[in-house]
Amino acid sequence: MATPTKPSNVNGVDQPYYVPDQSKFPALASLGMGLMVFGLGSMLNDMKADVSSTVSSMMAVLGFAVLGTVLFNWFATQIRENHEGLPGPQLKRSYVLGMYWFIFSEVMFFAAFFGSLYYVRNFSVPWLAGEGDKGVSNMLWEGFQGSWPVISNPNPTLFTNPNESMAWRGFGEALHYLPLWNTILLLSSSVTVHIAHTALKSGNRKQLIGWLGATVLLGIVFLFLQVEEYAEAYSELGLTLNSGIYGSTFFLLTGFHGFHVTLGAFMLGVMWFRALRGHFKPEDHFGFEAASWYWHFVDVVWVGLFCFVYLL
Amino acid sequence: MATGHAEHHHGPATGFTRWLYTTNHKDIGSMYLWFSFAMFLLGGVFALVIRAELFQPGLQFVDPNFFNQMTTMHGLVMVFGAVMPAFVGLANWMIPMMIGAPDMALPRMNNWSFWILPFAFTMLASTLFMEGGAPNFGWTFYAPLSTTYAPASVTFFIFAVHIMGASSIMGSINIIATIQNLRAPGMTYMKMPLFVWTWLITAYLLIAVMPVLAGVVTMMLFDIHFGTSFFSAAGGGDPVLFQHVFWFFGHPEVYIMILPAFGVVSEIIPTFSRKKLFGYDSMVYATSSIAFLSFIVWAHHMFTTGMPLAGELFFMYATMLIAVPTGVKVFNWITTMFRGSISFETPMLFAIAFVVLFTCGGFTGLMLAIAPADFQYHDTYFVVAHFHYVLVPGAVFSIMAAAYYWLPKWTGNMYDETLGKVHFWLSFVGINVLFFPQHFLGLSGMPRRIPDYALQFADFNMISSVGAFLFGFSQLLFMFIVLKTVMGGKKATAQVWEGAEGLEWTLPSPAPYHTFSTPPTVK
Repeated sequence: MATPTKPSNVNGVDQPYYVPDQSKFPALASLGMGLMVFGLGSMLNDMKADVSSTVSSMMAVLGFAVLGTVLFNWFATQIRENHEGLPGPQLKRSYVLGMYWFIFSEVMFFAAFFGSLYYVRNFSVPWLAGEGDKGVSNMLWEGFQGSWPVISNPNPTLFTNPNESMAWRGFGEALHYLPLWNTILLLSSSVTVHIAHTALKSGNRKQLIGWLGATVLLGIVFLFLQVEEYAEAYSELGLTLNSGIYGSTFFLLTGFHGFHVTLGAFMLGVMWFRALRGHFKPEDHFGFEAASWYWHFVDVVWVGLFCFVYLL
Repeated sequence: MATGHAEHHHGPATGFTRWLYTTNHKDIGSMYLWFSFAMFLLGGVFALVIRAELFQPGLQFVDPNFFNQMTTMHGLVMVFGAVMPAFVGLANWMIPMMIGAPDMALPRMNNWSFWILPFAFTMLASTLFMEGGAPNFGWTFYAPLSTTYAPASVTFFIFAVHIMGASSIMGSINIIATIQNLRAPGMTYMKMPLFVWTWLITAYLLIAVMPVLAGVVTMMLFDIHFGTSFFSAAGGGDPVLFQHVFWFFGHPEVYIMILPAFGVVSEIIPTFSRKKLFGYDSMVYATSSIAFLSFIVWAHHMFTTGMPLAGELFFMYATMLIAVPTGVKVFNWITTMFRGSISFETPMLFAIAFVVLFTCGGFTGLMLAIAPADFQYHDTYFVVAHFHYVLVPGAVFSIMAAAYYWLPKWTGNMYDETLGKVHFWLSFVGINVLFFPQHFLGLSGMPRRIPDYALQFADFNMISSVGAFLFGFSQLLFMFIVLKTVMGGKKATAQVWEGAEGLEWTLPSPAPYHTFSTPPTVK
């Protein structure tokens, strides 16, 4: 096959697929990632062994800084290339597909935790309490009561019992129930980001900036309330990571969700600055779309969390 | 760094930065393949330590804890370092050329996927030199062996798994986007070469289950360092939960290592039979069915762990169902050869050995699928024999077949056919001497992962170890053949193989650095 003499015709647009030149980003990003995880691992081990973790934590921070710097420049390059018109419509479809599949991988990540919650609630805790075929495991801790949330652990000396769970406290308490407020906040943020998107598509930058800014603010308020909730859990309810399986599943699910909200809010924040600079066009704004899809995804996860971690 | 204008280099850059900074699918494919081969040798050395120790009963060379580290590291390195990267390397090289694409869909991310791996495996291998030693809990890292009773190095193992997972997910996203978006005009899904099809489904499986693996190691990390009780019954958790989540990843993972092998064999057998592949459509549907079934059979790894009877029955029957689409494949390969005008070049020899020996491994899999029988076979050498039959003369043979099949296209030179055949026969004999006796060992009750054994197992173990060293050292010949081909040899034609069909054979040999910048039209 000879080298091309004229550009190809893809979906009616004359252009070849843009293949970037050599790039230092991937190798440097891998270096940063490697340093970061090696540092983190050493740090955790140092802390467990009760030795100084200064060197290892420096290494983790350095790795994080390298990774962050590389990613910043990588995205900047990507944006510049887009302004120069290098990616054609076909490459943009690759971005869209990439983001879809990335979100699918995130769905599966949470699925592992939701699945674990399901298994624990429906199988292993009842079995520990003596139910069913496998109820023989009740001989391990006789008298263990298998109700959810597990407030008294099989072995309370290894895993301290919480005083109270985060479960729904009835309609009387609804106004003081933070998770309910958080649900309202996140659901409205999904609406605001959608309005922002509509504004962007109709070329109304002012509205875009306003509604996108509102979305980021809602996200930040959500995170504040989440921190507030964690503080209450630790100081008042005695609910910690060490509170047995209820605390474990509660903090892992809400914690990873919170981490994803942080990431999503950061992404939307970046998009807000890009909107200020006039980066987006009504027909070309993949960065914004990707961030908003991600945001809708973290919202959906929260609805799942609110149902299965808090209410039911 | 990116120059910001659309200038295209037509040849590779020079020096090592060509490899470090590359965005070219062929460079990245080569790096994956060489990395995989290096890991194959490293994992092979671990295996030879195991077989040397098991040559005779009693403890000879290593202490039991180190033996456990060897079985663990052998499994991890072979699965995540040798087999998976080899297939990703083949995908990188071949998919763009097979579908008429200029490169992979996201070339920079492609290189990121690769360069994470050397960091991940350096970190994993470095645990061998740490205080307390490397991970010693088996490649399946069951809790609480991998949590409460694990050496400190488990933390590095966890992070290594995290980043190699990130690498796999990015690689798979790239492969899926390439296949969905970069097919040449006219190449509909049902016209794609089978290797592309199997990789499409493999990539989907990877994106679906690698995050679950990340989830399970994250729960381990929290149990070890942050006081949670996911896998500790004292806090209301359950060690069996670990096995469920792990095998929800682990069973699709098994197919991740074999579906691309099916694809390779489905390319090679028609070429050397000089016939079209029999039952192309049914091959596609069979591959999809296997992928679907892989999600609902995970607990057949856990029959003896204990689960309700209904669970045992469900997982037993679901597992047996897999034999149906797999049988379809085997029949299709055989029917392709039937009345073909077959020639036995090295790739074909490996492919035929694949069909025969993989089927043996499949049959022992059926035996293991029978829950009541599995109570007897579980955790014996029979299991070791079973999965090595599907992974070594299965996955590994297909990778070697692919290497011989496409080497002329990659390098422009023909490999030495005589040496290739010698390599095949040494490997074929070695592998059977190595693994066949392990069936008998397992059926008569020898447990796996134990450095010592009762005297009645001595003869078969000795035979097995001899086979291991024969197979292991034969691979140096493979390395020699590949290097010799890279350096020179008889020039290959563009067509290379008389009966080969597909876009990759329309390109000159060696394939130019950039190919299909203008997509060809497929009729």
